Amino acid sequence: MIPLFFVILVTVATVVLGFIATKRAQSASDFFVAGRQVSVFMNASAISGEYLSAASFMGVAGLVMRFGYDAMWYPVGYAAGYLFLLLFIAGPLRRFGAYTIPDFAEGRFDSPLFRRIAVSFVMFIGFFYTMPQMKAAGVTMGSIMQWPYWVGIVVVGTVITFNVALGGMKGITFVQAFQYWVKAFAIAVPVFVIMAVYGGYTSTLSKTAADASGFPVLTTDGIYKVNGKAKAPTNVVAFQAVEADITFKSSTVIGKVSSSRKPEPGEDALDLDRMIKSGAVTEGTTVHLVPVIVTKRGVPVEKDGNAVVTGVKLEFDEPAELALSKGLPVPNAQRNSKWLAPFGTLTSKHGYPLLYTYSLIIALICGTAGLPHILVRFYTNPDGRSAKKTTFWVMVLIGVFYFFTPIWGALGREFIPGLYVPNKTDYVVINLPGQVGGVWGDVLKGITSAGAFAAFMSTFSGLLVSMSGAWAHDIFGRILKPESSPTERISAFKVAAIVIGIISMVLGLFIETFDIAMLVGWAFAIAAASYFPLLLLGAWWRGLTATGAASGMLVGGLASLMAIIVFMLSDRKVVTITDPLVKSLCEQPAIWAVPLSLGVMYIVSLATRGSIPKDVDEKMLRLHAPEGLGYSKDYITSDH
Amino acid sequence: MSNHVDQVRNADKDRALLGRVMRRQVRLSLGVASVFLGIVLLLPIFNLYFPALAAQKVGGFTLTWLILGVLFYPITWGLSALFIRQSNALEDAIERDEKSGVAR
Repeated sequence: MIPLFFVILVTVATVVLGFIATKRAQSASDFFVAGRQVSVFMNASAISGEYLSAASFMGVAGLVMRFGYDAMWYPVGYAAGYLFLLLFIAGPLRRFGAYTIPDFAEGRFDSPLFRRIAVSFVMFIGFFYTMPQMKAAGVTMGSIMQWPYWVGIVVVGTVITFNVALGGMKGITFVQAFQYWVKAFAIAVPVFVIMAVYGGYTSTLSKTAADASGFPVLTTDGIYKVNGKAKAPTNVVAFQAVEADITFKSSTVIGKVSSSRKPEPGEDALDLDRMIKSGAVTEGTTVHLVPVIVTKRGVPVEKDGNAVVTGVKLEFDEPAELALSKGLPVPNAQRNSKWLAPFGTLTSKHGYPLLYTYSLIIALICGTAGLPHILVRFYTNPDGRSAKKTTFWVMVLIGVFYFFTPIWGALGREFIPGLYVPNKTDYVVINLPGQVGGVWGDVLKGITSAGAFAAFMSTFSGLLVSMSGAWAHDIFGRILKPESSPTERISAFKVAAIVIGIISMVLGLFIETFDIAMLVGWAFAIAAASYFPLLLLGAWWRGLTATGAASGMLVGGLASLMAIIVFMLSDRKVVTITDPLVKSLCEQPAIWAVPLSLGVMYIVSLATRGSIPKDVDEKMLRLHAPEGLGYSKDYITSDH
Repeated sequence: MSNHVDQVRNADKDRALLGRVMRRQVRLSLGVASVFLGIVLLLPIFNLYFPALAAQKVGGFTLTWLILGVLFYPITWGLSALFIRQSNALEDAIERDEKSGVAR
């Protein structure tokens, strides 16, 4: 009950703060100019509050717990994106005065058609980014209330959707600033308590390093529920090569039995049938697991003088319940040395670790600049100087936050390794505090649950606002019904918020088995190959034409999207990709898609150079000349 | 007709000004970006070719964990603060130079 209390508290605080701020903002201009009276620090808190999503709050810790070192590229990329934004995009765009990408697209090229293309990408990227927020809602409520996954999504999604539909954009700055501090408190404070009880960050890492060939071990006897085929790939339990007894506590069906270690070419087929066969298993069956010696033409394979052994990997067709004993090296976990060192199972899974790492870095850095809900916030700064100062403080605030996320992963691996069995490392931030036990455990769990709530509420509301705004302002207001009154546009916004909210909830139901941070990584990859090239070349190359920019954006964005869809289908075993290089490039497309998009923009712009806007130099000066020279212009002024 | 000539002259002036401003800005942005990219892109190579050094213990962390998980953030803060100072100074300088009407 205590965690629920904290969650309700933060939800009520959000609604009430939003309500107060909404009442104080009397007119549209109040909303737009409000930012001008907001201090740099408040603004930075609000930007950070909007940016730190469920992927940051829960997903990164979960990924670090699961993959170790490699996963730290995620928070690093999220933070580094802001530096690129600062170096190349924030200044010019602030001076240009257009702070949505569709505004920039139209203003820079005088092309209403281009605005439409840009708007459709707001929707695309927005939906990719809302899906993981929805998953986080389902996961958190499932953990706090033991609700089924879908109930959490429907309840949370409905509350936020109505909040946005009623309150709209007004006053959101203050609410999001508040939510940053909730998140920062929630990610930091419980960690100190847990470290005081169990041991510190470095001592946990040192322990891991000292036992390089070891695994985390289960801390208690327990019954673990594993998903069936419907929720692949989380239906996999890969046991380590150890001797142990496992008991099935429910009847189930095993779809496939294979070795946990990936066989290499030339090795003999292993006789796993002696231990366990695929097919139906009755309740109460006990299986004695033993390490299986890997052989090549009958001779045991050796590595560093030791025989290579493997455990057995089970893929369940039906949900299963397994009784596992305390002290068992945890299934599905990486070996300590692999977890701690670079190029573990995340980046090495397709055999091209360096390529995977670079592609991920490019997606995260370039993608940050292209997220629809991020650039908008910079407009609330009075001028370019305070915009830069705000960016600096954003980097400090999110950097401090991200410093804590790997600590959760490291402590979670040591103290709550049971999460590996059902492939639920995303729960670590929510479940680890409960290990402290008693009322304090509940209080800490309440704090992190409230933080998770603040995370998906703030990001989901931000996305919902920018997507509904794109609909009401750009599609309805400019394309469908240009003569509409402000009142009609506000109704369009409200209807759009509800429709988009419902679509997001439905999409959220399908993605329970995906890692939160990975889903967000995909949203970044699409943004990186569409919006980032547009902004970069649009701000720095006078030769860019509307046709060039639009075709580059479409080709890059759609190619990334297709690659990711193909990978998702192969993950679900709908299609098969045999070439590991192709698989890697499909999963992390940024490394080819960003250059592709830039290249198409360049070539098509050269081919259509006749259509460079006549006043291009004036536009470029608006982007680049320091404010004091008087070339800058604001689209949205106080009397607008 | 003379109006048209004025416009052309203005356009030429704009274009020259744009060239001067952007050259100075791009030099600064690329400079800071290359330091940063150097760190980010060389770290994976360092990890790949010097795994023993990367795994060196430093205060309970491995060296590479310390860089990526801890030091990385202060590095971005430092680069960002440096850029902002330089960029503000640069804008002041451009304004001063252009307003004083130095013929170039």
